[in-house]
Amino acid sequence: MTPLTRRQMAWRAAQDIADGAYVNLGIGLPTLVSDYLPAGREIVVHSENGILGMGPAPAKGEEDKDLINAGKGLTTLLPGGAFFHHNDAFVMIRGGHLDLSIMGAFEVSAAGDLANWTTDDPLFAPGVGGAMDLAVGAKEVRALMEHTTKDGAPRLRKSCAYPLTAPRCVKRVYTNLAVIDITADGCVVREMVEGLDLAALQKLTEPPLTLANDFSPLRAPNV
Amino acid sequence: MIDKRVPSLVAAVAGIESGMTVLCAGFGNVGEPIELIEALVGLGARELTIVSNNAGTGERGIALLIREGRVKKVICSYPRSSDPHVFEAVYRAGRIELELVPQGTLSERIRAGGAGIGGFFTRVSAGTRVGEGKESRMIDGALHVLEPPIKADVALLRAERGDRWGNLVYRKSARNFNPVMAMAGKLTVAQVHEVVELGTLDPEAIHTPGIFVDRIVRVEQPA
Repeated sequence: MTPLTRRQMAWRAAQDIADGAYVNLGIGLPTLVSDYLPAGREIVVHSENGILGMGPAPAKGEEDKDLINAGKGLTTLLPGGAFFHHNDAFVMIRGGHLDLSIMGAFEVSAAGDLANWTTDDPLFAPGVGGAMDLAVGAKEVRALMEHTTKDGAPRLRKSCAYPLTAPRCVKRVYTNLAVIDITADGCVVREMVEGLDLAALQKLTEPPLTLANDFSPLRAPNV
Repeated sequence: MIDKRVPSLVAAVAGIESGMTVLCAGFGNVGEPIELIEALVGLGARELTIVSNNAGTGERGIALLIREGRVKKVICSYPRSSDPHVFEAVYRAGRIELELVPQGTLSERIRAGGAGIGGFFTRVSAGTRVGEGKESRMIDGALHVLEPPIKADVALLRAERGDRWGNLVYRKSARNFNPVMAMAGKLTVAQVHEVVELGTLDPEAIHTPGIFVDRIVRVEQPA
């Protein structure tokens, strides 16, 4: 059994983004999704600091200090892209105009609760950024996270131990082991890496899992 | 005749006093009016409440104001932006208050302050620790919380170009919080890279109409 790498996880999440979708990619792991948007689809990437049509990182010599993404990294604008102010950026988010928000997560619950903004580490001031707005406002929220913590504890939980970003918002979770839909009937495994069976995956997951009728192996190229 | 140009940074921040609430535009240091903020240090203003998306980057701008002990409280969405060591040190020492506001709620609260709106209901933060204690209401079957407007004594902006009426144009993602903060300051001051003749800015493409702006000062080579 070989878990996906972080880049393969991002690749897998990218394959499900439809042609024509307006999508926000959260900071950290979800930002990598933009490297694997399928060719032939026009996908408009939104950034909460006032960009639609965000492109890849700039080539050397093309950097512009006034053009950054939500993670404060330098970025570019694609033809057809637009700049706007912060309030409009969040009108797009909270007003239900974004088709998809892909967010990193510490934990997701069986009800789709998302916890991704603080671990209550007293050494660091908490920061929420735009996470709560995105979790509540996008038409669909998908989470991208390692299946377990470094210590092997499940991140897909019966209920989240960390403070919530928003309740009942996540519809699909991509991990390094599986693609799991959060449904009214429970957590449904759509894909799982080869060499792993449902019983083994269940041991790494708190809520009960069922296999999708159209279950298939989780495969990703060496990206 | 209307002429909002002032000859120096000292003249631009004249009248800003201890205890005031100051909106500082910018996302990280992009669009941050670094020179105007630093002019507050020379002015001697203390016990300031700073409203901004972040809590200072590196050693400049908001970070310098915090390091100099001039800031009593920060209202922001994400204090741990790139290079937040100045804020972190003061926060750990318990010498600064932090009010954490989700980014879109921060922007909308400022907009409400500038627009004469007495507050608004939003789903963002409902059902989370950040929403605890807020007045709440069910609207269309979803829990909403009441958010108050943010009104400020001063708004400090950074624009690319301005004219003597105070019309402003920003550059790329440096627009961010500038337009919404422009509306919410009793005194709104913009530092501009370039001052142009009245009538030069395309009226179809003015981002902030001069009615919101009280003073502009040229900073030829901003940090």
